Amino acid sequence: MEKNIAYIALFAALIAVLGLIPKITLAFGVPITAQSLGVMLCGTVLGAKRGALAVLLFLGLVAIGLPLLAGGRGGLGVFASPTVGFLIGFPVAAFVTGWITENWRRAPVGIAAGVAAVIGGIVVLYAFGIVGMSVVMGKTLSEAAMLVTAFIPGDLLKAGIAGMLTSSLVKARPGSVLSRS
Amino acid sequence: MISLTSPVRTRAHGWPAGAKLLALCLATLVLFLIENPVLHLAVLALVLLAYRLPGPVFFRAGMSRLWILWPFVVVVLIWHMLTDEPVTGMVIVLRMVSVVGLANLVTMTTRLTEMTDLIHRLLAPLRRLGLRTDALELAMALVIRATPALLDKGHNLRDAWRARTHRRPSWRIVLPFTLLAIDDAEHLAEALRARGAITNERE
Repeated sequence: MEKNIAYIALFAALIAVLGLIPKITLAFGVPITAQSLGVMLCGTVLGAKRGALAVLLFLGLVAIGLPLLAGGRGGLGVFASPTVGFLIGFPVAAFVTGWITENWRRAPVGIAAGVAAVIGGIVVLYAFGIVGMSVVMGKTLSEAAMLVTAFIPGDLLKAGIAGMLTSSLVKARPGSVLSRS
Repeated sequence: MISLTSPVRTRAHGWPAGAKLLALCLATLVLFLIENPVLHLAVLALVLLAYRLPGPVFFRAGMSRLWILWPFVVVVLIWHMLTDEPVTGMVIVLRMVSVVGLANLVTMTTRLTEMTDLIHRLLAPLRRLGLRTDALELAMALVIRATPALLDKGHNLRDAWRARTHRRPSWRIVLPFTLLAIDDAEHLAEALRARGAITNERE
């Protein structure tokens, strides 16, 4: 119990800090940061349930007014802005990523985690993000999808990094990659 | 840790947090039902007035937080100009700015402690059902404490990187960083266990 709480809290903090490290801003003002890498790592390292809980905890603290989102954003306003779908999708993305990492045991952990991060952190997350954008900006789903395609290459890179990191973490701290222990 | 609450004291700081949140939900709902551009323009003017009333410092802080919406405003306006529906575009943009503006107002006028108190009260029904909510409240406090601590360690890692090479830190720095978080979590778990923070039969 204590171990679960400590890991969930520290990974929520990890998502926040990964969002604060220097970033590059591409078109449409959505900053490209390592924040979504943090969400992927929550899934690949903590597994489905704990990963999703860590992300929910992070979002709860953002909602009550802590500036933990990339670029020091936060508060209730971000849940009304066009990127709200991505926020709602974060915990689901971590859950799916974690579930695949936990259950695809035949593949080496790095491969499983990388593929899981692509499916959870990109396919699932973008599905939520595109729906959110289409609602807030009054666009059709395909129009909203066009606006976010520019970010997919960066996220593919992050999914690859999440896979490599997870396989290194298994070697460095075998007992701590909870999704595989 | 610094929250997004405005240091400029406004009258709304004294209003109960629950009432402000409820009003925000209702206002958002109503704004999504309105389709009249003139009405939306009036609402936005009222929102901006609410930002202006507490003084220029509050106004500037509020506007800089709304500024992040500009790329979306530009995209929607250009889009609807091209599709010959400028009025629809105006409604979407006005609604978006008003809704985000109102939500930010609630955040700027509500202290973190009031928000956590509100969460504690909202969780009361769950407690009556026998669920333990102290774990959640403990976890929230832990994240608030751990984030600046982890950020410090991240800065140390970056300095260590810079001492060894002139190149910019690459993604490789995330591995030792994640290890630091994992080791912190292990130590924290041990400390919590030693203090009997969570005495739980479910163990």
